[in-house]
This record gives sequence, C-alpha cells and structure tokens, in this order.
Amino acid sequence: MGQTVSPTLSAPASPALSIRSLSVSFARREADIRAVQQVSLEVGPRECVGIVGESGSGKTQMFMAAMGLLPSNATPSGSVLFEGEELLAADARHLNRVRGSKLTMIFQDPMTSLTPHLQIGTQLAEVLVCHSHLSWSEARTAAHRMLDRVRVAEPARRLKQYPHELSGGLRQRVMIAMSLLCEPTLVIADEPTTALDVTIQAEILDLLRAMRDEAGMALVLISHDLAAVAGIADRIVVMYAGRIIESGATAELLRQPRHPYSAALINCIPTVSGPLLARLPTLPGQPPQPGDSIEGCAFAPRCPRAAERCRIERPPLQDVGSAAQVACHFPLST
Amino acid sequence: MNARFHDFAHRLRANPGALFALAIIVALTALTVFGPRINPNGIETLDWLHMAAAPSLQSAHWFGTDRLGRDLYARTLEGARVSLSIGLVASAVSLLIGIGYGAVAGYVGGRTDHLMMRIIEILSGLPLIFFVIFLTVIFGRNESLLFFSIGAVGWLTMARIVRGQTLSIRRREFIEAAIASGAGTGRIIFKHVIPNVIGPVIVYATLTVPQIMMFESFLSFLGLGIQEPRASLGSLIADGAGEMEAAPWILLIPGGFLAALLLCLNIVGDGLRDALDAKES
Amino acid sequence: MLRYFLMRLGSAIPTLFIIVTIAFFLTRAAPGGPFDQEQTLPPEIMANLQAAYGLDQPILVQYGHYLGALLHGDFGPSFKYKDFTVTELIGQGFPVTLQLGAIALALALGAGIPAGTLAALRRHAAADYATMSLAVVGIAIPSFVVLPFLGLLFGIYLHWLPVAGWEPGSLRHLVLPVIALALPPLSVIARLVRASMLEVLGSHFIRTAFAKGLPLRTVILRHALRPALLPVAGYLAPAVASIMTGSLVVESIAGLPGIGRYLVQGALNRDYTLVLGMVILYSTLLIVMGLLVDLLYAWLDPRVALGR
Repeated sequence: MGQTVSPTLSAPASPALSIRSLSVSFARREADIRAVQQVSLEVGPRECVGIVGESGSGKTQMFMAAMGLLPSNATPSGSVLFEGEELLAADARHLNRVRGSKLTMIFQDPMTSLTPHLQIGTQLAEVLVCHSHLSWSEARTAAHRMLDRVRVAEPARRLKQYPHELSGGLRQRVMIAMSLLCEPTLVIADEPTTALDVTIQAEILDLLRAMRDEAGMALVLISHDLAAVAGIADRIVVMYAGRIIESGATAELLRQPRHPYSAALINCIPTVSGPLLARLPTLPGQPPQPGDSIEGCAFAPRCPRAAERCRIERPPLQDVGSAAQVACHFPLST
Repeated sequence: MNARFHDFAHRLRANPGALFALAIIVALTALTVFGPRINPNGIETLDWLHMAAAPSLQSAHWFGTDRLGRDLYARTLEGARVSLSIGLVASAVSLLIGIGYGAVAGYVGGRTDHLMMRIIEILSGLPLIFFVIFLTVIFGRNESLLFFSIGAVGWLTMARIVRGQTLSIRRREFIEAAIASGAGTGRIIFKHVIPNVIGPVIVYATLTVPQIMMFESFLSFLGLGIQEPRASLGSLIADGAGEMEAAPWILLIPGGFLAALLLCLNIVGDGLRDALDAKES
Repeated sequence: MLRYFLMRLGSAIPTLFIIVTIAFFLTRAAPGGPFDQEQTLPPEIMANLQAAYGLDQPILVQYGHYLGALLHGDFGPSFKYKDFTVTELIGQGFPVTLQLGAIALALALGAGIPAGTLAALRRHAAADYATMSLAVVGIAIPSFVVLPFLGLLFGIYLHWLPVAGWEPGSLRHLVLPVIALALPPLSVIARLVRASMLEVLGSHFIRTAFAKGLPLRTVILRHALRPALLPVAGYLAPAVASIMTGSLVVESIAGLPGIGRYLVQGALNRDYTLVLGMVILYSTLLIVMGLLVDLLYAWLDPRVALGR
C-alpha cells in the first residue's frame, strides 16, 4: 500500500536506500503503539532528502529501524534495502559491516552521544580500525585529517581530549567526522542541530552541505524545522502520525504546498521580509499521540479544510504532477 | 493512598517466589512455636543411651541427638526461637531508632542533616564485628553488650531511607499547608511525614530482620553471643561444625533451618522491594 | 591526578591517628585488667607483671610509649601468647589471611562482573533468572553455614577437596574457604553489575557505538563496562569489610592459621595488645582500600579527576 516516493533526479543508478511498506510498532501492556505505518521511500545515490514532521510523526523511528537500533520491544515489518541488500532482520555480522561504514547516522544529542570515558581520537579511530582494518596509528592519522575537513581547530589537541571538554557544536562536528570516515553511501542526520545554539545551527548545516558536496554521498536530514531542511534538501518528505502525507521537490513544495499541513508549516516560518506580524502564526491543536488509533485522516481534527469524508476515509498517498505526492482528499490546488 | 496499596499488593501477588517463601517462613515459625508440644524433650536433658544418634522418626529423637545426648529437635527449635526473637526485637528497636533519626534529619535539613548523615557514613564504613570484638575485650562477654551491638546493626539503612523519603515529602504542598495552618514541627512529623514513609519502611524492615539474625548467629557462632546452656542457631551450627564427619546432622539441621529462614526472609524482602520500586517509577 | 591522591592521603592519616588514639584509651580505660582471668596471684607478682608490661606508668606515658613503638612497627607483646610479640603473631598470620582475602576478592570480581553482565545481556531469559537466584542465595546464607556444607559435600562425601587444615603453599586447602568467603560479595557485585549494565546499555553513547557497527564484544568491553562498574567501585570498601569479617569465621572452621583466628581468641582472652594491634591493622587496611577506591573512581570517570 502506498506509492513509492521516487527521486527527482533521473538517476539511472539504483537507489541507495529503498524502504518499502515499513511499519514499526512498539509493544505496550494495554495496546501496541504503531509509530510508523506503511511508509515507502527511496533515496537516490547523491540525493539529499529532508524528512519533516512533529515529534511522534515516526520520522526518527523509520531510520532507527533501518539501522537496527530499535529497542527490543519494537517490531518492524516490511522491507528496507540498502544498496540492494535487506537490512531488517539481517544477521548481526552483515548489519555491522554496513552500519558505521557505508550507512552512518548522526544523532540529535551531541552532549550524550559520545562515550564519556574515551578520548575523541579513540572514538574516531575505532571506526576505521573496525571497518577498514587500519592500525591504530594509521586510524588516528586519518581521524586527524577528518577533523581538519570538518573544520575543527587544533585537531591534534582535540584528539586527546574527552567529550566533556568540547562544546556542543564541536561535539557535533566530531559526530559528523565520525560518520564520514569510511566514505559512506548514505548519511542519516537525525535532528543534528536541535540541541544546539541558534548561531551554531547554521554552521552545522553549512558543514553538512559542504561535506555532501565534497563527498557526494546521499544525505537524509530529519528535522521538525522546515526552514532548516529547506536550505539543503533536494526533496522534502512531510510526515504526520506515522505516515507520509506529502513529498516533492523542495522549491516546488515550498512555493506550492498541496497538503494543508505542509502549508501550515510553511506559514509558521518567520520571515525577515514581509509584513511585521503582531503574533507569530501557529498551528492549533496537537498531533495525535503515537498510541491513538485514528479513523480517517489523522490531520482532520486540526485541518481548516476538513470535511465529513476526511473523518471517515483515510486519504491514500497519490502521485500528483512530476515526482510529487500528497495524501489528501482536498489538496490545495496549484 | 488506597490505589497505591492496590497496585503494590497486585504486584506482590504476581511474584510466586516471594509468596512461596512467605509460606515457608510462616510454616517454620509455627513449627518453632508449636513444635515442642508435639515432641517434648528438654533442651538440656542428656540421654546417655543415645549420644550422637542419627535422626529417625521412629525413635524419640526425631532430629537425632548431639554429642552430649541432647535432643536436637528441641534444641533446634529453641535455637530458632531465640534467633527469631532476637531478630524481631532488635529489628523493632533499630527500626524505631532509624526512623526517628532519619525523620529528624530529613525534616530539619540543613547542617544538622549534613552532620547526621556524615555520622551515618562513618559508621557504615566500620565492620561492626570489630567493634563488638573490641568491646568484648574491654568489658568481657556480656549479654547486654550483645543486644547493644546487635541493635546497632540495623538502624543505619533505615535512617537513610527514612531521611530520603522525608526530604522528598517535605517539599510537597500538603506539608506547606500544614505548616501554614500553624501545626508544630513534632506534630507534622508524626501525623504527616511518618504515614507517608511507611511503605519503604516496611520493605526495609523485612530486609533488616535477616540482617540482624545473621549478625547474631555470627556472634554466637564465634562464641561471642548466646552461650551455653542456652542455644541459638549460630551456636548450634558451631557445635555441628565440629562434629561434621561423624554426625553431620548436628550441623545440617540447624544449618538448614537458619539457611531456610534467612533465604526466605530475603526473598520476601526483595519481592516487597520490587513491588515498591515498580510502583514508584 | 597526583594532587588528588595526595589530598586524599592527607585526610587519611589523621583519621588513622584518631582511631589509634581512641582505641588505645578505650582499652586502658576498661574495667579489669588483662590478668584478671588468671588465678589470683600474690600482689608482689602482680606488681612485677604490671611493671614488666609497663602498666604501672601514668596513662599518657604509656600512650607515648605505644605511639613510639608503633612507628617502629612494634605493637607490643601479646598478653596471652607469652612468648610472642603481637608483631610476630601478625607476621605469622597476616600472609595467610591476606592470601585468602585477596583471592576471594579476585574471585568475587572475576566471577561477579561477568555474571552480572551476562544477566543484563540475557535479560528475562534463563541465564538471567538463574544467575539472580544464585545471587539471592549467596547474599542470604552466611559463610559459616556455606563452608561447612561445602566441606561436607566436597570433602567428606566426594573426597575431592580437603575439609580443613593448611599446608604452606597448598592451594587445595584454600579452595573451599575462598569460595565460601567470596560468595556474598560475588552475589552483591553480580546484582549491582546487572542493574548498572542495563542502565548503561540504554544510554545514547551506547546507541552511537552500535550505530558505528562495532561488534557487541567491543561495545561492552570498551564502551559499556567502565561506566557500568562505577557502583562496583563504590561497593569495594564494603566488600573488603565483608571479606575481613567473613575471614574470622572461615579461618576458624577451616583451621587456617591466619590473623582472624587471633582476633577472636584475643577477644575471648581479653588480650589487649593483640586486639589493639589487630584493630589498627584492619583500620589501616580499610583506609588504604578507601584511597584505592577513590583512585579507581577517578580512572573510571575522568570527570572526577579533573575536579568537576
């Protein structure tokens, strides 16, 4: 169920990541929680895809499933192919060969995502020692070079330091460096700037863009902040309550969103130009809790355009125009 | 309050191991109390004809006899009675001390609390047995010394727990309301703080009893505790250890009794603590 | 790091001094003397004995003598074992006790940590329940019950190991006592490690480690173990105290010629100098343990050493 969201670039090469009908549910005492429902998505080899949604939309869990990082009470179903090989329920050896080297992930909390009792240099070098079978000194040299690339000042000193001696922004740079060491095919960045100061956020996003241009890998950028994603993504995918509700090329989606939710998100972005508003526009209401079972369109309770049909029948994801999709009974017309 | 108790009881009922252990404790305690009525041999009566006799249900000595011909059934039950009573009484005493100490420390707070906790820290670090040995050197073997030192074992943990609970409760609104309505400090501690602290107290009280029993047996085993002709499980085990090769039952029976009691008390205590923790989180 | 160590050392020495002083004055202040147990002696002989042991001097002088002797490692003569000084008795017995205790501690750590880790990794599986059940048994049942049982089973019925006795350099005689001694701290450590490891495994940095494709063994050994061991470091001093306490009983039952035996005898015989010497020895050991534990904390968590 659900059409596959295809890359906008007409790349003849096979996709780096191909997610098909992925569902993730968490076992709870009273009832299972379905965090991700029947999501299908493809990421092309050099593509940058932005995944946007509020917390609880399932955007993070989707990729946790791909990386095999779901907790033990979570059950994924469907298929996730990376470079043509199935990741879900792959055996540990295959999974460990892929992740950390060709498929890497940057997490949202740099303050707690690095091991406190190991030096930065060790944590970087071990990736190379493990995957590329370098010696420890060779790996440290490579780590030094990578820290240069991600524009960390005084890399030699930093290599010997411990995570708590670095600022949040620096730690995130280290995480980025860690993800690039083995020349990955796809990097997943899960809210990489959310925990950082606003001024640092821009720097990190710039860094990600620069790295992607240099290294030419595919990039998935997950965020609740549409503005952050807009500057860097080729294509944007909007998620709500565990499903994809719209996707399309960035420029087009921003100019003419089709789903009322996307329109509302864009509306919420404060702009420097334009009329001075007395009050920033917000989206009324709350997204549904991951545990709620919903009939009809999940967005209906908050949608200004909702009709009776929306509350009964869930709109399927359909192709509109070239390489764009929307799940809405009454999409905004172009 | 009632809802919390319900949850707690439910979780406890779901723990078959703890319930089984509880049943064993009740059974053994009943045996201790009613056992002698069934087979009335004196604990000091010497049976010259049956010295170090093996246990047998046919003979008059169900559990056998020791080296001097004393009936092991009677002596084991007596020993169990002594150990249990000391355990319960000393626990009750250290409980009271601990609760009082902890409640005061937690309620008064500030530097008093700090000092009181430092004292506990230092005392916790000392292995009590050395303290007891030291006192024994000075004052000689003395039963009041025994009780004093045993009572000293249990109150430390209880004081810590109660202080922690008091601290967290003190900050809650209803205490502020009570203070605002003019209730005195003592009254507040008794009517408000203590009832809310009762849960963890019961749990750790259950864990204190085996701790104290173990300590008393330990002292009695070494000869520093209960002395002849009275018996405690510890001293019986000491006797038995000496006769291990020839008459193993003299060791096995009191040893098994003590092991069973301690094990079951610990299991019940753990079960209560798990039921409590799960509720709190 | 060095400064931190020196600071801790600096506060340990006064503590020891206070202990020695209090202990000394308590023994001298006690009612009755060390010779009360003997048959009543004629007063002149009593006076001679008192003089010989220096007991007729004013108490502060005695204190001074004691301290002075202490700094030379002389604990004074034993009142009971007339031919020996306390120092000699300690010299004979301490190596045995030290050997026993050190091996027991090593066993408690060496078996307890892997057991707890295994239980955490196989949570709610058979290995977990089995390990934790054994742990409850290990904690609940005292060593003076366990050792005779073990002796009965392995010594008398199975004839695998000797029940009691001691030959210098013989390891076989240590097996059962070490097991009985190590069992309680081993069980506590296993439980601590299980709980701690479960918590650490839920951390973000462990998630990162897995995301890097590191094998499970590396994640556990290099990333998870050190933070998980923090509570164990906190338990080390009580563990040593527990082993010290247990050694009294284990040495008695197994007939091992260690100082634990002397301590108990010293109490029953009211042998002041012996007990005093023992108390000082054990206190020193505990304080040294405390220092080592502090150092260990600093290594396990670099933030401590840097003064955070």
